[in-house]
Amino acid sequence: MPLNKKIRELQEKREKVLLGGGEQAIEKQKAMGKRTARERIMSLLDENSFNEYDLFVEHDARDFDMDKKSLPSDGVIIGSGTIYGAPVAIFAQDFTVAGGSLGLMHSRKITKIMDHALKMRMPLIGINDSGGARIQEGVNSLAGYGEIFFRNTISSGVIPQISVILGPCAGGAVYSPALTDFVFVVDKISKMFITGPEVIKTVLGEEISMEDLGGARVHSEVTGNAHFFALSEEECFDQIKKLITFIPWNNGKKARVFEPAEPKPEYNINKIVPEDPTLPYDVKDVIRAIVDNSDFFEIMQLYAKNIVIGFGRMGGRTTGFVANQPLEMAGVLDVDSSDKAARFIRYCDAFNIPIITLVDLPGYLPGVDQEHAGVIRHGAKVLYAYSEATVPKLTVILRKAYGGGYIAMSSRHLRADFVFAWPSAEIAVMGPEGAANIIFRKEISSSKDPDGMRKQKVEEYKTKFANPYVAASRGYVDAVIEPSETRKFLMHSIEVSENKDVTMPAKKHGLPPF
Amino acid sequence: MNKDTKPGYLNIDSGLYQTRISKKFENRKPYQPADPKIILSFIPGTVLEIYIITGQDVKKGDILMILDAMKMKNKLKSAMDGRVKSIAVVKGAKVSKGTVLLELE
Repeated sequence: MPLNKKIRELQEKREKVLLGGGEQAIEKQKAMGKRTARERIMSLLDENSFNEYDLFVEHDARDFDMDKKSLPSDGVIIGSGTIYGAPVAIFAQDFTVAGGSLGLMHSRKITKIMDHALKMRMPLIGINDSGGARIQEGVNSLAGYGEIFFRNTISSGVIPQISVILGPCAGGAVYSPALTDFVFVVDKISKMFITGPEVIKTVLGEEISMEDLGGARVHSEVTGNAHFFALSEEECFDQIKKLITFIPWNNGKKARVFEPAEPKPEYNINKIVPEDPTLPYDVKDVIRAIVDNSDFFEIMQLYAKNIVIGFGRMGGRTTGFVANQPLEMAGVLDVDSSDKAARFIRYCDAFNIPIITLVDLPGYLPGVDQEHAGVIRHGAKVLYAYSEATVPKLTVILRKAYGGGYIAMSSRHLRADFVFAWPSAEIAVMGPEGAANIIFRKEISSSKDPDGMRKQKVEEYKTKFANPYVAASRGYVDAVIEPSETRKFLMHSIEVSENKDVTMPAKKHGLPPF
Repeated sequence: MNKDTKPGYLNIDSGLYQTRISKKFENRKPYQPADPKIILSFIPGTVLEIYIITGQDVKKGDILMILDAMKMKNKLKSAMDGRVKSIAVVKGAKVSKGTVLLELE
């Protein structure tokens, strides 16, 4: 056979497989408001950058008449390409082929690209859209999931792993996304659960819709399983692309450095934080007043809103931000916010991203429900994560830093490299009201005018302790700075921390409280 | 402002902070110590067997019911000596977590 004929043969073979599950199945996919797996890869990657592998892989299952069924590419597309020039490995499950169900060869394709990503030290993106295990293939499909989970785990902290849920992701399949760094969901399209509404109804008699059980909103607002919420697939892809610009290709590299840009003038740092420590404000405005171009990329926007986490750039360098949010629940640390912050701190540490912590919190949230939910253990995660992190750690105390909250939020004592405080900072064991009530209990109760006495003692405590100068006199705070000097101090600190090198005692691994 | 949060005040160490209060916090239930007289389903499941009738005397450790859940026939034992005041479920009933199954006195 002459070569051009052979080339034509290849082209014909490709065309047949590229249709996936066929036109009817594609129409069905579109009717659900979903793109096909191939379209998704194309809209995510740089134009013409996608190289596909394993196009001709097929299953060899024989039972239950499977030998009569041909499943193009076995229901998953794998390959590599680039996003804004950054190399990424990618797999996308094709729901049009047997519902994207996972059989042995399907899983082998996924693990092949995972191995490739780990070996080449490049980010991995997984697009999940699958009905679950291919039941006809029995334990082989379970083996497939297990192989994927194992690779997720050993790749964790070495290469960035991103999961995108663009369809159902049910049963054991959910554990792959759960083991990855970031989970992206899209409203009305993403569905994640261990047991679906059907099973819950037959076994337990509880009725709930798929959306209420494991929809995108639920995972973004209630469970905290998802990190990014989008209203459309397009918005979701834009979020992924933006995230890729902030993170390094692997744990041996630093994130790419961009052109520095000044924050926008509309964020006036002198006017954001009210003087009265009991009044709320949006701490994201403080971040926007500090970062390049006022561009703050928030993570987990809808979950545990009392703490804000995300990326920004300082002088072109990626920086992770952790900030108490007085606008929500007074910015307290509680079970959920501790969990959210601790994981993000560990992410930054794993991928060489400096951390800036903005502190304004009255402490940990009191309550029986919090204590019983294990706020001791969850709160300890924050202490653990900050102490363990060896990336540059910069802290700015904006206003309140009371008690355990002060220690936990990247204090000098947990080895913050630089601690700055604004003149409005109040660094103390507890708030003036509570402290005065305890220290001056006798004076207050024995006074003829207890209320007047209390006010006087609160004022006394405020002037004496509710300021940054006591901490500064001990060297716990390196500098008391004007709000307008914040960016300058932080930029310089990041610059001089560029080659930070600390050695921790050798160990197999620590035992963080989880 | 998001629809699931509303402005309010939070009291931490006698300091009253103006802030938004989360739905989860608003809906938190006051703590109630467990009452050994009220037998609740500790897990969602199906009532497989009921071994007692209303008015019957029971001893601590007696098996009162079998609650089938997660492919396990769970024995529900009495935590005290007493008498069955009322039975709130029938054989075969599907119950969610925390449902009252029976009351002792």
